[in-house]
Amino acid sequence: MTPVEIKAVILDILEGIAPDEDLSDLKDDVPLREQLELDSMDFLDIVMELRKRYRVQIPEDDYVQLATMNSTVNYLSPMMKDLEKA
Amino acid sequence: MSHYDTIIIGAGMSGLAAGIRLAYYDQRVCILERHTTIGGLNSFYRLDGRNYDVGLHAVTNFTSKGARKGPLARLLRQLRFSWDDFCLSPQIGSTIAFPGISLRFNNNFEFLRSEVHRNFPGEKDNFARLAETVVEYDDLDERVARCSARTIVSDIIQDPLLVDMLFCPLMFYGSARENDMDFAQFSIMFRSIFMEGLARPWAGVRVILKNLVRRFKQLGGELRLRAGVQRMEVERDRVSRIILDDGTLIEGDRVLSSAGWFETMRMCADDRPSQPQAPEAGPGQLSFVESVSVLDSEPRELGCDRTIVFYNDSSNFHWRKPDELVDVRSGVICCPNNFAYDQPLGDGLVRITALANFDRWKHLPATAYQAAKRACNQKMVESAVRFIADFRPHIVATDTFTPTTIRRFTGHENGAVYGTPEKRWSGTTHLKNLFICGTDQGFVGIIGAMFSGIAMANRHLLMQRQDDRDAKP
Ligand SMILES: Cc1cc2nc3c(=O)[nH]c(=O)nc-3n(C[C@H](O)[C@H](O)[C@H](O)COP(=O)(O)OP(=O)(O)OC[C@H]3O[C@@H](n4cnc5c(N)ncnc54)[C@H](O)[C@@H]3O)c2cc1C
Repeated sequence: MTPVEIKAVILDILEGIAPDEDLSDLKDDVPLREQLELDSMDFLDIVMELRKRYRVQIPEDDYVQLATMNSTVNYLSPMMKDLEKA
Repeated sequence: MSHYDTIIIGAGMSGLAAGIRLAYYDQRVCILERHTTIGGLNSFYRLDGRNYDVGLHAVTNFTSKGARKGPLARLLRQLRFSWDDFCLSPQIGSTIAFPGISLRFNNNFEFLRSEVHRNFPGEKDNFARLAETVVEYDDLDERVARCSARTIVSDIIQDPLLVDMLFCPLMFYGSARENDMDFAQFSIMFRSIFMEGLARPWAGVRVILKNLVRRFKQLGGELRLRAGVQRMEVERDRVSRIILDDGTLIEGDRVLSSAGWFETMRMCADDRPSQPQAPEAGPGQLSFVESVSVLDSEPRELGCDRTIVFYNDSSNFHWRKPDELVDVRSGVICCPNNFAYDQPLGDGLVRITALANFDRWKHLPATAYQAAKRACNQKMVESAVRFIADFRPHIVATDTFTPTTIRRFTGHENGAVYGTPEKRWSGTTHLKNLFICGTDQGFVGIIGAMFSGIAMANRHLLMQRQDDRDAKP
């Protein structure tokens, strides 16, 4: 998966978590927590969705890497580069 | 023998919400419910061709569509529901009515603030300070969590009457402790009722329950009704098997119980040293009688235009188990019609809740029970019409349920609606794979119970599941 595809996956996950939310003007470098008021329960969901869909395991210590869209994609790129988009 | 990743005891709000979380993440989940129907403390039933809700007056924690903060928004995200799925219509306006004085409130906190200013001009700054304290209170701050809310609030608000008036709705909607609340509970309830707000689905609680069950089943979850858990077999520090009332054996890696703390402990077949039995540490004592009157008109046409009236007729507000069958000095009067729906409700309804004594009801001879129910209903209505327009000539049907009804249908000891005063916030037990959620974990009410189920599923059954698997031989 390319970084662009990974971003699309994250957006899809976020859309599932917050169906009432308009994600079209989400900024890539601003913390998701601030833009969408995500809390620790929601971050758990991002992690769980990645595990469910792509068997990607994210240790709890690394949850901080999911702060912004950019940091998330950077963090996931090495882990997901050999995966096919589902 | 069936084997599951997680077995959930109880198909009430908390068990169903937890079940959705686990099934969504592909666990094999089974919810076991002793009763013939779902909902537990907040179910629904049909009587003489009419639909009744067991509990529902109002859903607390109401925030408008688009709100991202607060328990309602958070739980919708967690359960993948959209705001519209719960069909919530906001309240019209409620009142706290005490002798000679009343405070009105609605879903806009500034209105309550102005009411406090008008009725208690000297408390303006104090009330602002209380509101700040409640907002700043962090659920995770263990130091203040268990402090007496009466002590903290009385330090801020000078007039004991205002203190009582603020406590009255919060206690009726969520205090398991006599005469007081933990500050944690107070803050949660203050936010959920005064700062967030009240709402109701036009069709009642069944809308929410049916959505929960449908989602759970779509995700592959299994729901077994008439499947009471009789006992849990224990091997060393784990639940090994579950035995149902009919003798069926079921195995699960983990068990999450919403049946209540003491109720769950009693199911465990191990020689656990018994708990210290200080009355405070025992099961809850506070139960209710609920009276439902069906009217031939919309309550508003009769002059009953408030959504909810929390009333008290005495110089002090008493929040404790009464000596009598029912204590009608205070109560909650709810007109389910008075929410901002798109269409009228049909029947006019008035529901009244008052504190009751479980033991007195339990020891009534069977022959006296029906008469006692009728008499209590009448007393409650008589008491209520001092605070709202007299609707008695318009009653076409009534129903009443008592602490023993609550006990019979939910299994909660003493019919204690809000469970034990000593909450188990961690949700853990002496057994490694047994956890509790719902009323006795800490969060009460419809939204609170769902939140509890979600939080406990996340913390104990999703997050650590992988590690635990790896650790297992
Ligand atoms: C009269 C009344 C009015 C209320 N009004 C409101 C209101 O207006 N707003 C609000 O938000 N909340 C209200 N509540 C409170 C709310 O209903 C509860 O806080 C909430 O429903 C609790 O959910 P729970 O999942 O924790 O527990 P429960 O609903 O009690 O769920 C536990 C379930 O476990 C089952 N069970 C127990 N033992 C076993 C066993 N051994 N085996 C199998 N199953 C078992 C029970 O049958 C039950 O279904 C009211 C409650 C009552 C009684």
